[in-house]
Amino acid sequence: MALLTVHGLGKKFGGITALNNIDFTIDEGEIMGIIGPNGSGKTTLINCITGFIRASAGKIVFEGRDIRGLAPHRIVNLGICRTFQIMRPYASLPAYKNLIIPLYSPRARKTGGWRGGGRHGDRNIIALDLLEEVGFERESKVPYKLAGTLPTGYLKRLELARCLALNPRLLICDEVFSGLSMSEIASMVPLIEKLNRSGVTIIMIEHRLKELFRVAKRVMAISYGDKIVEGTPEEVMANEKVKEAYLGA
Amino acid sequence: MKTGKRRERIDRGIKVRSDGLYALSSWREIAYLLAPRTLLIGGFLLAPLLLLLFPYWQKVLLIVCIYALLAMAFDFLANYVGLVCLGGSFFVGVGGYGAALLNKYCGLAPFLSIPLAALLGAAFCTLLLLPCLPLRGVYFAIITLMYPLMATRIIEAFELFGGTNGMMDVAGFANPWIEQYFLVTATLLLLFGLRRLAVEDLGLVIKGIKDNDQSVRASGINITFIKAQAIFYAAFLGCFAGAYLAHVYMWAGLSMFALDFSIIPIAATVVGGGGSLMGAVLGAVLLVPLSEALRAFGPLRIVVYSLILTVVIVIKGEGLLNYLARKYSQFERWVEI
Ligand SMILES: Nc1ncnc2c1ncn2[C@@H]1O[C@H](COP(=O)(O)OP(=O)(O)O)[C@@H](O)[C@H]1O
Ligand SMILES: [Mg+2]
Repeated sequence: MALLTVHGLGKKFGGITALNNIDFTIDEGEIMGIIGPNGSGKTTLINCITGFIRASAGKIVFEGRDIRGLAPHRIVNLGICRTFQIMRPYASLPAYKNLIIPLYSPRARKTGGWRGGGRHGDRNIIALDLLEEVGFERESKVPYKLAGTLPTGYLKRLELARCLALNPRLLICDEVFSGLSMSEIASMVPLIEKLNRSGVTIIMIEHRLKELFRVAKRVMAISYGDKIVEGTPEEVMANEKVKEAYLGA
Repeated sequence: MKTGKRRERIDRGIKVRSDGLYALSSWREIAYLLAPRTLLIGGFLLAPLLLLLFPYWQKVLLIVCIYALLAMAFDFLANYVGLVCLGGSFFVGVGGYGAALLNKYCGLAPFLSIPLAALLGAAFCTLLLLPCLPLRGVYFAIITLMYPLMATRIIEAFELFGGTNGMMDVAGFANPWIEQYFLVTATLLLLFGLRRLAVEDLGLVIKGIKDNDQSVRASGINITFIKAQAIFYAAFLGCFAGAYLAHVYMWAGLSMFALDFSIIPIAATVVGGGGSLMGAVLGAVLLVPLSEALRAFGPLRIVVYSLILTVVIVIKGEGLLNYLARKYSQFERWVEI
């Protein structure tokens, strides 16, 4: 069943066309990859879906409902959560306190049961649990350090933990592997797979193709705002236009 | 500075020991923790008694509390929410007129009219500021500065609420003790209440908006709604101050929208040190009496006042409270590089 359908999505910044007539569908439980050279419009696509910028044309249908034009917090509360390519932690708060904020949201309170930290749960404990889930060592000092002092690897995990706190139906990861070392990526991949097995549908924007192809069975490539091909990783990599876009870039 | 050496700051042993909740093992450590708070609370509660012989300075104490409330409101909005609000006098005016109206037309006694005027006034101010919430920085600041100016002109032009004469014959307090202790206790309660709020989950969300509003939106939280709540709390403090003033002066009028109520709290926050609310109160405690003591200088008063302010800000830009807090919890020594 289709969870998210995007129809003829377009976005213009002044005279520049950042996205042009994008169509795609993602089914429930799937992991889909989106690739494309820098500046091809991947982040803009995410921003349109999540309501951070207004699309100029097209339809975005999530669970049968057109969500184009809704405010970002409304879209999150429907269950679409995204990470930021450039991490956005609350630098002046300890890492685990960063998660109190998503746990305070209507979605976490409604869907989380005791994990929502409502009247009967302790949000601090839930936050520490979530951090442990994404790979912060529970017994160490790391969860208590100011987020502003954490290295990239932990910040990426923190972005992911923020989404987990929101019980996502659809998780959109904007380059979570970039800036990480090989071993860090190797420890993140099982995490993504585990999430997917627990029923979360995932869209991954990635430059690290090898790691992406391990988890995503279907990939879409865009270049200069146009969708050029969609298919299995092998089909996409065999496509002439993709080779050209990557080699030309 | 000596060459080849640098100054190092180290937490005092007692600070480290008393940081952990379970580590309190001696009266000295408990005293270390409680001393600053006791000094503040005790000072405020004893002040009306100590000033018994100086009725004039009792009035100054009231003004200190009024400015402390306004400075707390400014500090809260600026350093917790990230909104620079120059509309302190608007809050005071709305609270003042509100209390006067409630007292004269609904016959409410000060004990009812003050909290009620603070509540209704805060709701009113929040509603009016709602369209400005998406604005940031200097844009928000300049709009909030406009509100009191507009309010005075509208009241003048339409001769509302007694026009330029204001509303007379507002009921006063039954006796000076009630007058003093009502405000002093309210100030302390509001200070600790607001500090409490800042560490609750809602407080964290508010701080999150200042740190990184996009992330808060991506967390499914309506930031306009949260900011509106924060404005409500700040406006409550300001309206409370205004409502109280109306009952002390037994009058509500245009001078309640005076620029002083917007500007002096900012000076107090800067001198005392922003970001802790305590600093804002300390600033008011220092600046208001200073300004009174300088009356001897006659017309040059404002010059001397400004000079002192400038010197303090240039020398201790971090704010006095932050400086004192550092001295209290850390010591310094020179180390070889
Ligand atoms: N807010 C914006 N204003 C103007 N142009 C933008 C904005 N955001 C992105 N763009 C432009 O849109 C194009 C796509 O950018 P982006 O979506 O960030 O690419 P990607 O994430 O694929 O690297 C780029 O040419 C970029 O300059
Ligand atoms: Mg991008």
